[in-house]
Amino acid sequence: MNAINRHEQNALSRAVLEIDVNNHPGVMSHVVGLFSRRAYNVEGILCLPLDDGSRSRIWLLVNEDQRLPQMMKQVDKLEDVIGIQRHNADHAVFQNLENFFRG
Amino acid sequence: MTDKLNGAQITIRLLERQGIRTVAGIPGGAILPIYDALGQSSIIHHVLARHEQGAGFMAQGMARASGQTAVCLASSGPGATNLLTAIADAKLDSIPLVAITGQVPKAMIGTDAFQEVDTYGLSIPITKHNFLVSSAEELLEVIPRAFELAASGRPGPVLVDIPKDVQMQVIDIEEWPAPGRRQSPPEPDGWALSEAAAMINAARRPILYLGGGVVHSGASGQAVRLAEKAGLPTVMTLMGLGAMPVDHALSLGMLGMHAARYTNLALDECDLLIAVGARFDDRATGKVAAFCPQAKIIHIDIDPAELDKIKTAHIGITADVDAALLRLTPAVAENRRTQWLQRIADLKSEYPLAMPEQDNPLSHFGLIRTVAACLDDEATIATDVGQHQMWVAQAYPLRRPRQWLTSGGLGTMGFGIPAAIGAALAEPERTVVCFTGDGSILMNIQELVTAAEEGANVKIVLMNNATLGLVHQQQTLFYGERLFASQFKSTPDFVKVAQGFGIAAVDLDQAANPCAALMEAINRRGPCLIHASIDAEQKVYPMVPPGAANRDMIGA
Repeated sequence: MNAINRHEQNALSRAVLEIDVNNHPGVMSHVVGLFSRRAYNVEGILCLPLDDGSRSRIWLLVNEDQRLPQMMKQVDKLEDVIGIQRHNADHAVFQNLENFFRG
Repeated sequence: MTDKLNGAQITIRLLERQGIRTVAGIPGGAILPIYDALGQSSIIHHVLARHEQGAGFMAQGMARASGQTAVCLASSGPGATNLLTAIADAKLDSIPLVAITGQVPKAMIGTDAFQEVDTYGLSIPITKHNFLVSSAEELLEVIPRAFELAASGRPGPVLVDIPKDVQMQVIDIEEWPAPGRRQSPPEPDGWALSEAAAMINAARRPILYLGGGVVHSGASGQAVRLAEKAGLPTVMTLMGLGAMPVDHALSLGMLGMHAARYTNLALDECDLLIAVGARFDDRATGKVAAFCPQAKIIHIDIDPAELDKIKTAHIGITADVDAALLRLTPAVAENRRTQWLQRIADLKSEYPLAMPEQDNPLSHFGLIRTVAACLDDEATIATDVGQHQMWVAQAYPLRRPRQWLTSGGLGTMGFGIPAAIGAALAEPERTVVCFTGDGSILMNIQELVTAAEEGANVKIVLMNNATLGLVHQQQTLFYGERLFASQFKSTPDFVKVAQGFGIAAVDLDQAANPCAALMEAINRRGPCLIHASIDAEQKVYPMVPPGAANRDMIGA
């Protein structure tokens, strides 16, 4: 088992991140690239444009581990990220989606 | 009055308006409109590199020496991929760079067109930010923004990918945007600064730890004033060398993997570490848990993501380090710290840095010290990557910020020659010395002809041991002396190679008087290769074995 898996198994719970971004091609790559380069799995992604479409909101469901505060700082540093907030795993956004995720 | 210009002309005009006077690059199909416009510029001098990586490192050399954002250009596909190493290097060392790449026309993106590569996607993780420009109008916003981003906050590289049809799109320009400038960073938190001052005043064994951010911020003078007022022994990272003159009474030189023993031992004893513009890199800290084990930590950095990344700070301050030090210094008490400085002096005499054979110009330390003796502090010192780099970091009397250009974070062999050329182009009045090794020099040797073409005042000191020295050293020490792929069975005749590229060359091995030959080569204006054979068995000592604590150094 590598260190990354151990990290993820040690995750106490999950967290939901709410990230407001400029809406243009490439922004999602910037955000999720920060996770993938650290082998930090993203369990769920939801994204839709806001209001006039110049901005989008990305919702990420991630495992909470000790790297999460650093991850959030790195996300916040991205030029196209306007703001990032952390919620508990029981946040409503990922609930009631089961129907779309039956195998 | 309206100008009718195409995207390429707009790009060049915006570069001129940014104050750019020298760019390095290589043309190719997808960037030809920009080159056509560049050819019409009477203000910008284009340096034709022989490999795009060379162009990237020349721009880095300009930026590192001057502190100003520098520009490199490349075409699409292989042109762009060849730039990537230099861009990644700039990211890790926080060097402000704007890289402009040509791209296939928009309609052909995604079709696997000739020389098409996803430059935007490739450059995401190695740039501070990147753009794929979709119209000529957008250039008016993107180019100034690229310069603003490169220079603001923690500096870094920005890539602008411009499809060929955008370069050729003609639009009316009624008004030019203001050039992109460095944005003022937020003011440091006054409460945190006064807490920091109180911690410094209360500390018995404090150490000031200066990183590359001190150089980038222009805070060297302020850092030295703080150290002098509060009686702070001072260590520097590889990137921070020159921030305090190494022969300053409070200087402990470089810390970490190849520090003097006294430096790492002093850190082991300190009760307060004041980290300024430094990021607790593993080559500086060794085993993190054992780094400054007794110390509280004050960490000042312009990048909030650096605080608490490796070591949790007791006081973390997000600020431009010059602004923070300017406010911190008046708040600390004058302190001569006799006891602690006496302890430091004892450590220095008990565990000095061994520098044997300093008087023999054909030994590694002797060569470095002899070069230093030929020059004053106005000279700029570049290096490649390897044993020679560490020996120069240990032995060269660096005394001024931006005197020292080295690839720290990425550790890129091949950095030296093009970076030295860039530095010489940015500051033609200085002599630029590039220390290199026989491994590194071959990784961008094609730029010798660029040096010849530009008449760049670079002196390339080649320390030739016919090995990949640091690999050889690690195999010897940690891999049971199983030397593999670290010794060159064939080596070129570097003197002939240099002459073949059109630059002067001198072989100190053959010189009747090596010191005189070296002095003559350094004092003759223009590019010159100075070759010297050194002993392949020499190690960079002392050394912290990978993964070990800094107190557990081996050798010398």
